[in-house]
Amino acid sequence: MNALAKKRHHKAAPLFLVLALLALITMGAAIAAPSATATAEASADDVAAGERLFAANCASCHGLDAEGQDGVAPSLVGVGAAAVDFQVGTGRMPMQASGPQAPAKPVQFEQEEINQLAAWVASLGAGPAIPTAEQVDPSLGDAANGMEVFRTNCAMCHGSIGGGGALTQGKFAPSVLDTTPTHIYEAMLTGPQSMPVFNDANITPEHKRDVIAYLAAQQDGSPGGLSLGAIGPVSEGMWAWLVLLGLIIASTVWVGARSS
Amino acid sequence: MGTKVNSAAAGTANYVDERTSIGGFVKFFARKLFPDHWSFMLGEIALYSFIILLISGVFLTAFFVPSMETVHYDGAFATMHGVEMTKAFESTLYTSFEVPGGLLIRQIHHWSALLFLAAIMTHMCRVFFTGAFRKPRELNWLVGFTLMILGLAAGFTGYSLPDDVLSGNGLRIVDGVIKSIPLIGSYTSYWMFGGEFPGTALIPRVFTAHVLLVPALILALVGLHLFLVFLHKHTQYPGGGKTHKNVVGLPLFPVYTAKAGGFFFVVFGIVALMAAVFTINPVWNYGPYDPSPVSAGTQPDWYILFVDGALRLMPGWLFGLPMEWELWGYTLSWNILIPAVIVPGLFFGFIALYPWIEAWATGDKGEKHVLDRPRNVPVRTGIGVATIVFYVILVLEGSNDIVANMFHLSLNDLTIFFQWAIFILPPIAFWITKRICLGLQRKDRELVLHGHESGTIVRHENGEYIEVHTPLDEQEVWLRVNYDNRKPLEIEPEFNELGVRRPGYKWDRRKQKLSRFFYEERVEPVSWEEYQEALHHHDHGPSAEGKAEGAEADEADARLTEEWEKVEDEQASEK
Repeated sequence: MNALAKKRHHKAAPLFLVLALLALITMGAAIAAPSATATAEASADDVAAGERLFAANCASCHGLDAEGQDGVAPSLVGVGAAAVDFQVGTGRMPMQASGPQAPAKPVQFEQEEINQLAAWVASLGAGPAIPTAEQVDPSLGDAANGMEVFRTNCAMCHGSIGGGGALTQGKFAPSVLDTTPTHIYEAMLTGPQSMPVFNDANITPEHKRDVIAYLAAQQDGSPGGLSLGAIGPVSEGMWAWLVLLGLIIASTVWVGARSS
Repeated sequence: MGTKVNSAAAGTANYVDERTSIGGFVKFFARKLFPDHWSFMLGEIALYSFIILLISGVFLTAFFVPSMETVHYDGAFATMHGVEMTKAFESTLYTSFEVPGGLLIRQIHHWSALLFLAAIMTHMCRVFFTGAFRKPRELNWLVGFTLMILGLAAGFTGYSLPDDVLSGNGLRIVDGVIKSIPLIGSYTSYWMFGGEFPGTALIPRVFTAHVLLVPALILALVGLHLFLVFLHKHTQYPGGGKTHKNVVGLPLFPVYTAKAGGFFFVVFGIVALMAAVFTINPVWNYGPYDPSPVSAGTQPDWYILFVDGALRLMPGWLFGLPMEWELWGYTLSWNILIPAVIVPGLFFGFIALYPWIEAWATGDKGEKHVLDRPRNVPVRTGIGVATIVFYVILVLEGSNDIVANMFHLSLNDLTIFFQWAIFILPPIAFWITKRICLGLQRKDRELVLHGHESGTIVRHENGEYIEVHTPLDEQEVWLRVNYDNRKPLEIEPEFNELGVRRPGYKWDRRKQKLSRFFYEERVEPVSWEEYQEALHHHDHGPSAEGKAEGAEADEADARLTEEWEKVEDEQASEK
């Protein structure tokens, strides 16, 4: 046995390994702590609980092994925790009725249960993880760059500031004005429903955060007053006819009223 | 104190009058009579919104920089920091965020632009449905029509000026439309944009058109439009004592000057309120123009939507034939040319020429100063409603993505629906409207001949039940019987007594066909004989109860008889 091999088989090696692992876990937990909701460490218990939830709520379409059914529901192997957190966290899943696409609706699960589901689905195959709080913090992003990224990649479906728009055959790009930063990030990362996937090579994590900063800036409201849905000249035209001209014609009737 | 002010005013007026002889004009205008009706103020709304546009526009030109030179933004609006943009866009942001009150004035300008065109079109509808375009006002209809087209030009050039993504995409479509015109298209586009789109020459050119050329033309034509209104005198709604030869109304001074002057402030106030509360054209959302991005909800302002709608409606393939042809190496894009050039051209041409088309069918050379009730000209009213339906379908198709999204419909199905609807719905609307008009005319006859239902049921001695009808008063009768009774033209026979063919016959025949389309189906107004007969018929029953009594009734009867005969004579002499 040579020296190197001897060293490898040092008596204390297993102990060091365990200690190093513990240190890593503690550090990871410390980093993840601010976003207790999103990235709490997935334990074996969580995975098991997630599997039970999945079997009770999702398996009728996606199958007990989450491999999906042709023409009914896609396989979830490899979609990652981010996809689960987005789909279930915005109420899109479990789906209520079949239609052109699954709309957002009241969320059906507690965040803890969503995390358990996400942990189980993530355990089936490698996929994008739920982003950390730092990754989606709008205050760290550059809103002006976000505007340029958004209008090049997102505005053609979601509208200039994310007010939403129509797609083909009854599908639609929803308004993202009230979507949380984490869900926006996850949507870009996983491409839910008709949306394309914007992976990290396509839009870097920093640029994703810039987009979030741009959308967060819209929360301050429009400098010009009420935004009329932020969907462009059509709603402005409708208001011009119904409200503006309507009020003025009502006043012509008032001004013109006279016992002649 | 009061007398001092009065004498000072009189002194000033006298000073001016002695040097300009303006007193006569003031007296003439002050005593000019105007009939009263709220719908006569629709044109006024257009005029006032134009004045608001001029006032707010002067403010905006003080800050707008019509230049396509690029700069990097370092102004007050955070989400644009460091973004490359033209000076036109930068100065728009500057006006919005750094000039005190700048954004409010911008929004006042834009809201009143939308109002300007909405008011023009509503005013046109009023003129159309009441027949106010008839002789002698055909030329003024044409002036008004030109004002509408100039309004579209003013609106579109203004929409293009800030050089944001939305306006740039609008110009891109205009560029495509121009290029679709055979032979001259590409040359015209290169000439307009100073090279390939978008170039660097356009904004200064559009600016000149928007602040100088178009407003000057509008101002001149508004002057002509109003001058002709004064010259022709205003039309009036039908009613007792109103004929084609008089004007019943109030003098311009003092009541109308006060009303009209006050109304300006009402309009300005409501526009300012809208501008203070609602965002319009948030260019800071769209960002500076860049030919690559097009966002959802990219649409022109509402008055251009119909062209966008026609473009969206047009299929690329029709009955298996491509709508884009390659001929001798040149491309002929029917799919752009038809919806964006030919259809709007025919549509506007029809609107402009309508007064002559109708005059041709009517064959009436008399001056018309009493307006028509829309029901009394069923075909015209039907054509008007069909035109509105046609226009609204195009506007809705131009907004198809918004409509689909709002009502959770399929965008594709919606477009297919409109592709059929554009051909099917206007004729149906025409037919329904015409039937409703004829029905209303019959109801008028019924009312004149039998009176109002009173709801009182009377039982005769012989057991018969009848409802008592109250006769109409003379004003009510007048409104329902005194209208132009238009009939299809009668033409001279094809051959004269020698069996020789008359040269103008074919032309006359065509005219007659058109006239028949207009007036074949009609309801005759109640004649004097019919009215008398109906009165006598009622006189012997208990239904005479509700009638005015004694000398008063006789007097009213005599007056009505006299007027009635006069009108019938006049109509006979005009034929």
